[in-house]
Amino acid sequence: MLPALLLSIPLGLFAWFALQIGPVATGQLLQVSVPWLPSLGVALSFRLDGLGLLFALLITGIGALVLLYASSYLHDHPHLKRFNGFILAFMAAMLGTVLAGDLITLFIFWELTGLCSFLLIGFDYQQEASRRAAFQALLVTGAGGLALLAGIILLGQSVGSSDLTTILNSGDLLRSHSLYLPILILMLAGAFTKSAQFPFHFWLPGAMAAPTPVSAYLHSATMVKLGIFLMARFSPVLGGTDSWLICLTSVGGLTLLLGAAKAIQRTDLKQILAWTTVSALGMLTLLLGLGTPLATTAAMLLLAVHALYKSSLFLTAGAVDHGSGTRDIRRLGGLGRTMPQVALAAGLAALSMAGMLPLAGFIAKELFYEATLHAPYSPWLITAVAFLGNSLTVAAALLAGYLPFYGTLKDTELHPHQVDLRLWLPPLLPALLGLLIGFFPAAFGRLLLAPAVAQVAGKPVPVELALWHGFNPMLLISVVTLGAGLALFSLRNHFQMQRQSPGWDTEQLYDLLLAGLPRFADMITSYLQNGRLRYYLMIVTGTAVALMAATLFTSSTGTLQLPRPDGSLHEWLTAVIILAGALMATLTDSRLAAVAALGVVGYGVALIYILFGAPDLAMTQFCIETLSIILFVLVLHKLPRFTLLSSTRSRLRDMVIALGVGSVMTMLVWRAVSQPLIPSLSTWFMEQSLPAGHGRNVVNVILVDFRALDTLGEITVLAVAALGVYAMLKPRSGKEGTD
Amino acid sequence: MESMLAVVIGGLYAAGMYLMVRRSIVKMIFGLALLGNAANLLIFTVGRLTRGRPPHVPADGVLSALPVADPVPQALILTAIVIGFGVQAFALVLIKRVYQTVGSDDQDVMVTENQGQEKLGQEEER
Repeated sequence: MLPALLLSIPLGLFAWFALQIGPVATGQLLQVSVPWLPSLGVALSFRLDGLGLLFALLITGIGALVLLYASSYLHDHPHLKRFNGFILAFMAAMLGTVLAGDLITLFIFWELTGLCSFLLIGFDYQQEASRRAAFQALLVTGAGGLALLAGIILLGQSVGSSDLTTILNSGDLLRSHSLYLPILILMLAGAFTKSAQFPFHFWLPGAMAAPTPVSAYLHSATMVKLGIFLMARFSPVLGGTDSWLICLTSVGGLTLLLGAAKAIQRTDLKQILAWTTVSALGMLTLLLGLGTPLATTAAMLLLAVHALYKSSLFLTAGAVDHGSGTRDIRRLGGLGRTMPQVALAAGLAALSMAGMLPLAGFIAKELFYEATLHAPYSPWLITAVAFLGNSLTVAAALLAGYLPFYGTLKDTELHPHQVDLRLWLPPLLPALLGLLIGFFPAAFGRLLLAPAVAQVAGKPVPVELALWHGFNPMLLISVVTLGAGLALFSLRNHFQMQRQSPGWDTEQLYDLLLAGLPRFADMITSYLQNGRLRYYLMIVTGTAVALMAATLFTSSTGTLQLPRPDGSLHEWLTAVIILAGALMATLTDSRLAAVAALGVVGYGVALIYILFGAPDLAMTQFCIETLSIILFVLVLHKLPRFTLLSSTRSRLRDMVIALGVGSVMTMLVWRAVSQPLIPSLSTWFMEQSLPAGHGRNVVNVILVDFRALDTLGEITVLAVAALGVYAMLKPRSGKEGTD
Repeated sequence: MESMLAVVIGGLYAAGMYLMVRRSIVKMIFGLALLGNAANLLIFTVGRLTRGRPPHVPADGVLSALPVADPVPQALILTAIVIGFGVQAFALVLIKRVYQTVGSDDQDVMVTENQGQEKLGQEEER
């Protein structure tokens, strides 16, 4: 595929979105909706508002740069075309997510981004580390995606619509809804896993197994921001509560510190950048949690600025790797002489990351501090967390953007060389854009930021960005931050020395879970499905009977009224004989006695039929019972004697189960006969038997007339059984008879 | 009398269940037969008992005012008895054939060859 043709897709989209800046800034909302599942009220619908536009510009713009970059970076890779396909598919999924105007549309594109991420992380599928990282990212974000699906369904049902515009207007309804907390937790689970928040942060550094363009695009600039997007999107309706505030600020703050602290302990450029990305995502979560207009503005600005400087730094890391053969900062140095454009890009991006004047990062950091200083609760604690995180970020920025390019080359075996235009232009452009925003913050704020902030805050917020605010507390903290960052940077050897053992992380928990799940499944399977039918029978019958017992006891309206025992002596004797027969059949160790006992039970039941007006049943029962006893006796001498096979313990257990089943059945009958009977069916049969069926024996008329088809089925069953019996009694064929 | 028959039904179910979960497949057949009788008797009893008045229409076609036995459960049971016999006969011949093939009526010993090694370790009665 021609690179120009390929690039025209994201560039064309970028141009189109850029043309929409004006209309969207004036408050227009572009919407397209196609009915999809009309019966469920689901539509394939898209809307372009300020928030979506900001994301769409980042996605298409950085996407174009990454495609250009990859055409050189992966030029000798056998699967470059596959890579381009994945990236374009990912871009489409991302655009679908951020432009979705319907919950279901949003979810489907959300999952598609996770799928594309899986394919791209595992792009070098021949390497085990890549496969493992891809699988890990898929499982973590996939699990979060399931939670998100549940949250979205609850959300849609609470509002009664899956249309985003309707939902965004139902904030008061949702915040006071009884399902608010479950919805919030489920949605946040989706957002936190996607945006690598603690304790799900570990998949993001793992995802660095992907080729560097992928890391730059998916795992810093766009996809990992989807969780932030989700929180931002729903903050007008879910935000503003104490649970929102506490949950987001604590998780965000923790992630911010953890990511920044881990970043300066790494020596691999990509790992440093990955951990600072975790840290930046924590900052964004923290800011969205604060939820003040100021914090929202800071979040949106930081989001854009971070996407620019971080993609630039990732791409320079790739260029360094490409041009020198390593990404280890302990071996690199002085690359500014051999690849000056890359060094320029890295320097500008690192300055923006460190929050230096006059870059966009400076404005973002000032706003960040201003927002934390005006936080709705414990502003000093939150500012302290922000300060610590920012100082570490300054140190990490120096590690990634300064150290490899200045000074002298530490490993003299390396032979760095200049890289071509396609490797240095893509990182330079976003870095320069950061400078441009720093010079023209007001225009950027008015055109792009204000519409996005208005969407997130749920109301128009005046956004007035300026590079210089005069001497104020924020500036003071900024200066101290820089000083602390420089101090940390000078102590880098100390931190990096310490990092010999990997240390504990929630990743171990993931590994434990991953290994434990099949073992648990194995245990359950070998317990419940051990291949012995009688245990299946016990479990199935036991469960059914237990459920029945539970229903019997819970639905009881008052105590069970036992019907008064009545009946004459011969009826009682029959009952006792049946019971004695059953007991005998159970306990005897003689096969013949068991058959006789079975016969006693059968004839006893037939007697009951006679006594209570069922002569047809009795006749059938007598015939059948006789037949089966003959059959038993015929077959029995070919069968082994009864032996005691089970241990006393398992016999006792079976007795308890059997008696439990028996008692529940007894209670069931008691309960059933104490309810009034509605005999309409029987009355109808009694009345219609003679006129309609021309017979006076109603039971017979039912069988051969009213329900004749059933009887035909019954005869068929018998015929099939007879065929089976015949087939099995036939002498074995010669082939089988050899054994 | 219903309350007494309820106890009989419970007893039959208990005995049938106990025999069904024996290791010996021969005992299983006995259990099956007892469970069949128990189920029939349950349907019969739940349809209420009426002494000595079968569901017959008198020759003149005029129904008497006295209650007669319910024909619907009887029709159901009649079918069940016959089907039950079919199942029982089939099962009986089946286990005879199984016994001839495998040489044991103990379910835990009936294993295919490749299962044999695996099962030996688990032979401990649970």
